[in-house]
Amino acid sequence: MADAAIHGHEHDTRGFFTRWFKSTNHKDIGILYLFTAGLVGFISVAFTVYMRLELMNPGVQYMCMEGMSLVAQSADACTPNGHLWNVLITGHGILMMFFVVIPALFGGFGNFFMPLQIGAPDMAFPRLNNLSYWLYVTGTTLAVLSVFSPGGNDQLGSGVGWVLYPPLSTNEGGYSMDLAIFAVHVSGASSILGAINIITTFLNMRAPGMTLHKVPLFAWSVFVTAWLILLSLPVLAGAITMLLTDRNFGTTFFQPAGGGDPVLYQHILWFFGHPEVYIIILPGFGIISHVIATFSRKPIFGYLPMVYAMVAIGVLGFVVWAHHMYTVGMSLTQQSYFMVATMVIAVPTGVKVFSWIATMWGGSIEFKTPMLWALGFLFLFTVGGVTGIVLSQAGIDRAMHDTYYVVAHFHYVMSLGAVFAIFAGIYYYFGKMSGRQYPEWAGKLHFWMMFIGANLTFFPQHFLGAQGMPRRYIDYSEQFATWNYWSSIGAFISFASFVFFIGVVFYSLFAGRRVSEANYWNEYADTLEWTVASPPPEHTFEILPKQEEWDKGHAH
Amino acid sequence: MWMHEYVGGGYLLTLGVLSLILTMFVWWGDVIDESLQGHHTSMVQNGIRMGVVLFIISEVMFFFAFFWGFFHSALAPTIEIGCGWPPVGIEAFHPFEVPLLNTAILLLSGASITWSHHALLENALEEATAGLVLTILLALIFTVVQAYEYIEAPFSISDGAYGTTFYTTTGLHGFHVFIGTVFLIVCLFRHLLGHFTPSHHVGYEAAIWYWHFVDAVWIFLYVFVYVWGNDGDGTLIQDLAIF
Repeated sequence: MADAAIHGHEHDTRGFFTRWFKSTNHKDIGILYLFTAGLVGFISVAFTVYMRLELMNPGVQYMCMEGMSLVAQSADACTPNGHLWNVLITGHGILMMFFVVIPALFGGFGNFFMPLQIGAPDMAFPRLNNLSYWLYVTGTTLAVLSVFSPGGNDQLGSGVGWVLYPPLSTNEGGYSMDLAIFAVHVSGASSILGAINIITTFLNMRAPGMTLHKVPLFAWSVFVTAWLILLSLPVLAGAITMLLTDRNFGTTFFQPAGGGDPVLYQHILWFFGHPEVYIIILPGFGIISHVIATFSRKPIFGYLPMVYAMVAIGVLGFVVWAHHMYTVGMSLTQQSYFMVATMVIAVPTGVKVFSWIATMWGGSIEFKTPMLWALGFLFLFTVGGVTGIVLSQAGIDRAMHDTYYVVAHFHYVMSLGAVFAIFAGIYYYFGKMSGRQYPEWAGKLHFWMMFIGANLTFFPQHFLGAQGMPRRYIDYSEQFATWNYWSSIGAFISFASFVFFIGVVFYSLFAGRRVSEANYWNEYADTLEWTVASPPPEHTFEILPKQEEWDKGHAH
Repeated sequence: MWMHEYVGGGYLLTLGVLSLILTMFVWWGDVIDESLQGHHTSMVQNGIRMGVVLFIISEVMFFFAFFWGFFHSALAPTIEIGCGWPPVGIEAFHPFEVPLLNTAILLLSGASITWSHHALLENALEEATAGLVLTILLALIFTVVQAYEYIEAPFSISDGAYGTTFYTTTGLHGFHVFIGTVFLIVCLFRHLLGHFTPSHHVGYEAAIWYWHFVDAVWIFLYVFVYVWGNDGDGTLIQDLAIF
């Protein structure tokens, strides 16, 4: 299907504005998503680097009431500004959860590659796709504005944490909190519309002969993710709407004085929040499956179990939410249920991890950059998964709750798991999306810097948590100093690797080696996106692909 | 009055609503034009139908959150509101008076829209018009009665958990009734312009599904918020002879 005559090789006549601001083309919108997510990711990472700078040594040296500083201030010249700290963790969380990882994996890769993998000419609703993207940009704008708007403590921004728990969020002054709520509303609408689009495309527009059990794993992962978004994000929208009415219309959903209950918010939030975790990681699973199969030169081991493991993870994700709130005073019975249900998720996750390992077993493994990221993902996600099992024990969680152990756990699955999957996807598909290739050494250097930096950042946080260091504070006592110091060094290394990555991207976009072939890896990259040119023409599959172009007889 | 009297807040809100309405007009106007030009093949129609169903599913989950809020407050009423539901001091509506009337009106509208739809399928265009007009009238009556109930209510949205859950659930439903009514009115104009044929009327189908969804939410509201939620001591159910 690399035949240009079929796919049209007419010169792309769209102007810059038409192409990038009015686009309804799934590939262009995918690129837009990836770029915007990268930009927002940079803002969000910058927040954390500043936070790690502050945490590098005990005492407060940088975030002072006298003003933010990049140079350490002496203790008498610096009154700690805890509100600023809280605003930064809130901003980091909200941006990462809603505006970086979902848009990059679901919006970016989902948009670009899901229709290509199933042989669809475009998404089912191209205009809706455009609306999804621009709502995402609007939401991002609101989120960033929220940081700079009048908020609590007579300062700018809201310092309530990304979960927006009442009563803090209902009492926070100013309108910064309202803007943050609207930001989440708008990005939620964007994701829901995107999910409707993806589900419809997947169900209605698969190539002739591509039955559900023959769809490539990445397309499946995006499809399952879309269902999770469709079913969980409206519930979050309900929860934050209640926050909004509690703040502005005098309702008492979360006010005990009026018969409400702050724990209600936690229930509804985590009913969304736990599926959200899988929304973030599932598309990553899809990418990793393709990368590992390609660079092991073997078809993926256990295609059908892989599919149904994702479905099972998605379903189970909806019935475990209260393991985030063991300490709110639930009955022992409730805690037991949520504990057991949570541990059950390890089964389908184990199916996936072992299937990836079995795919590599006896394969001819090539350590190209995407494969390094995939292996890094495998290791880090497994570490994060194992600490997740630890935390799922209600008894242990009583001690670990809100300590750095939790921070380490969820950064291992998300910041290291999902982000490594994003990078694996970017290096795997860079040539396909841009038509140019990155220098191999640069990708590898980026990987090793990030791998070392990220592990150095987060592994010591397990120790800090086990020692009892609570999360969400600007300062800590002396005995936590050593591992905080190393954690900060790790954060700086990761940040340096991110800056290096930005350089690699722009160098490769403008001066990278041109890719001439449609499939620049090997014959185990056998899905339909590898049959179209690199970069694909504006319109792909105007004539639907034939079954022999994608059905290779073996499992995918 | 609007937006906490922030400078320009009212203008911003007005501008936002107007641009939203403009977007809806031009966007859906284009979709209608494309349909009349014959671009809506059966596959495209399938896609649109799926999209509508998925949208309704997302709406169901939105209501799910508010029902959760209602049950959380009502199933275990706290000591602050007297450990009872309705809370101490709240004079709730009697479910077998105006709310029952409104239930009947809304269910009737569900029947009349089905009449209209089946008339369209049989190519009885005038009967389809009659059914649709009747549905819209019933929808408007429902909204008026609901507004009357709000005006008569002896409690407000800020009267603790009861007012909170009552007005947010019924209010959200009311807003969806409004959207559904507008959707039906648009369909009435399109029907009078001859856009719908017995074999191709996806827009009308979407409006019908949406209307049934609004109907179904009301059933849940009526059963739980009005009947069960006003029956703290179980006397209402006993009053019903059939029990």
